[in-house]
Amino acid sequence: MQQDGLDIGGRRFSNRLFTGTGKFASKSLIPKMLAASGSQMITVALRRVDTGASKDNILNYIPPEVTLLPNTSGARTAQEAVRVARIAREAGCGRFIKIEVIADMKYLMPDNSETLKATEILAKEDFVVLPYILPDLILARRLESAGAAAVMPLGSPIGSNRGLKTAELIALLIENCTVPVIVDAGIGRPSQAAAAMEMGADAVLVNTAIATARDPETMGKAFSLAVQSGRMAYRAQLAPERLTAQASSPLTGFLQS
Amino acid sequence: MTFFRTVEAYEDFDFSRFFEDTGPQDVEAAIGREKLSALDFLTLLSPRAADYLEPMAQKAHRLTVQYFGRTIQLFIPLYISNHCTNECLYCGFNRRHRIKRRTLTLEEIEAEARAISATGMQHLLLLTGEARRLTPMDYLESAVELLKQYFASVSIEMFPMDEGEYGRLKSAGVDALTVFQEVYDRQRYRLLHTAGRKTDYNYRLEAPERGARAGFRGVNIGALLGLGDIRQEAFLCGLHADYLENKFLQTEVSISLPRLNPAEGGYSTDYCADDKTFVQLLTALRCFLPRTGITVSTRESAAFRDHLMPLGVTRYSAGSCTGVGGYAATVPGTTPQFEITDQRNVAQVVRAIEDRGYQPIYKDWDRIQ
Repeated sequence: MQQDGLDIGGRRFSNRLFTGTGKFASKSLIPKMLAASGSQMITVALRRVDTGASKDNILNYIPPEVTLLPNTSGARTAQEAVRVARIAREAGCGRFIKIEVIADMKYLMPDNSETLKATEILAKEDFVVLPYILPDLILARRLESAGAAAVMPLGSPIGSNRGLKTAELIALLIENCTVPVIVDAGIGRPSQAAAAMEMGADAVLVNTAIATARDPETMGKAFSLAVQSGRMAYRAQLAPERLTAQASSPLTGFLQS
Repeated sequence: MTFFRTVEAYEDFDFSRFFEDTGPQDVEAAIGREKLSALDFLTLLSPRAADYLEPMAQKAHRLTVQYFGRTIQLFIPLYISNHCTNECLYCGFNRRHRIKRRTLTLEEIEAEARAISATGMQHLLLLTGEARRLTPMDYLESAVELLKQYFASVSIEMFPMDEGEYGRLKSAGVDALTVFQEVYDRQRYRLLHTAGRKTDYNYRLEAPERGARAGFRGVNIGALLGLGDIRQEAFLCGLHADYLENKFLQTEVSISLPRLNPAEGGYSTDYCADDKTFVQLLTALRCFLPRTGITVSTRESAAFRDHLMPLGVTRYSAGSCTGVGGYAATVPGTTPQFEITDQRNVAQVVRAIEDRGYQPIYKDWDRIQ
């Protein structure tokens, strides 16, 4: 099969598992997980970045070849997300930004309309904007027009490990979006990541399930393999499902020869 | 409608009867439920559930790791005044106590800020007693303006204020509010708060709501365990957090579990929570409120705090002085508000957290205004 890279913001990603920096028992696990999984993009909450702390700066744990995806966690409005994005860029975190506008602390649901506003502003400022959204096709189209580099629909609420509860809605995005669709949030098992990729998602972002596993390093690798497997299955085109059994070696096959 | 309605509604509730009627099968069912009702929560607080501490702890651990990871957020308190017009029978700052009283000058606050900042701490909790004339709003605003240059987050634990006053402090740079009801039982509240503005139960009860409306990103509440029936107090505190979470979706609600030290400030309590009961309250709260931050302060001993880490706690104070001053060599400390039991410095607490396989988090906020 030919090269299967994913292009976002002028970069090519050969590994379609994106990861996160939150919830690890120790920051020293982050580079180990990245090495084991081969993940080439990792998200970090700017609120956790302490550029003043020489020893404890989380950015020191991310190898330079891995693309940093700062996120706007903590932002309640578009305006706050925009400010966080600008601070991230000034702090040397690069052009990529994951917009996370959450005004609901109970379910941590993204605010789609504020996310759209932030995307409109930041795309014009030459950010590579990856908005985290509730899967909504109309919104995804507006985000594309606004200049989003990808869309990141949630599979289920952040940290819930409940899997692809929104699969039907994500399928509409996959079918219709021209920008990459990255399933973010809620993926609790490698098999769920594989399922997202089989559906045709361009990538998945997994944090909680890896960071809180007993062995994050091995779990990172397990997710990476699942993503590869799902992607290969998608490209090889899955055989259709049927309601009835179909023999592998049909008894009447000789009649057609 | 405010949370007062809920407090009133449970005043006629027969807790003893409920606890008597709670059987093992009720406890098992409550532990097994993904979403707990208020009465499931009360079931886990029942004496009967004390036999189920291990399964409760296992569930609390699983939920905490899922929602918070293996992390402990750190903060440090800074008392800038111990002048107080209230008479709270259990409090070291009670106006009748003959202790050295002082309110720090801005220069002294800055010296304290520098000393604290050198420990690496980034989240500061700013505290005062209640003496509005000695700590007026413009003094508090100036203190916050100054402190925000040293810390990523400045939160407050002061006397309850109006929404407008909270708004002023938010504009000055405060991002979160702590206000403990102390005791939810109204009768006990009356007995324990004998003079001063703090005698107004409802004004205090509704302070977290005013703070949420004023736009603080976080509101932290608590019952001072030891002032009333432990199980009922934990129950109402949990319901209060649940109420706030449902009413103010934008606000991060958290709970503190301060436990009164026996014979604190000359006040001895009939309502002590032993360690086992404390763990039951903690794990029951976690099962009821999976996403709510839970703070345990240096009131608890070092060894006990180390054991609590996997059970649902998400936030620790460290290296604390609970008197006015005491961090900078030039600002000598006064008598503490309460005695701290965990005497370790920040570095020692951090090491203990790491040794338990947890990540200490110094910074988890950015002021972006």
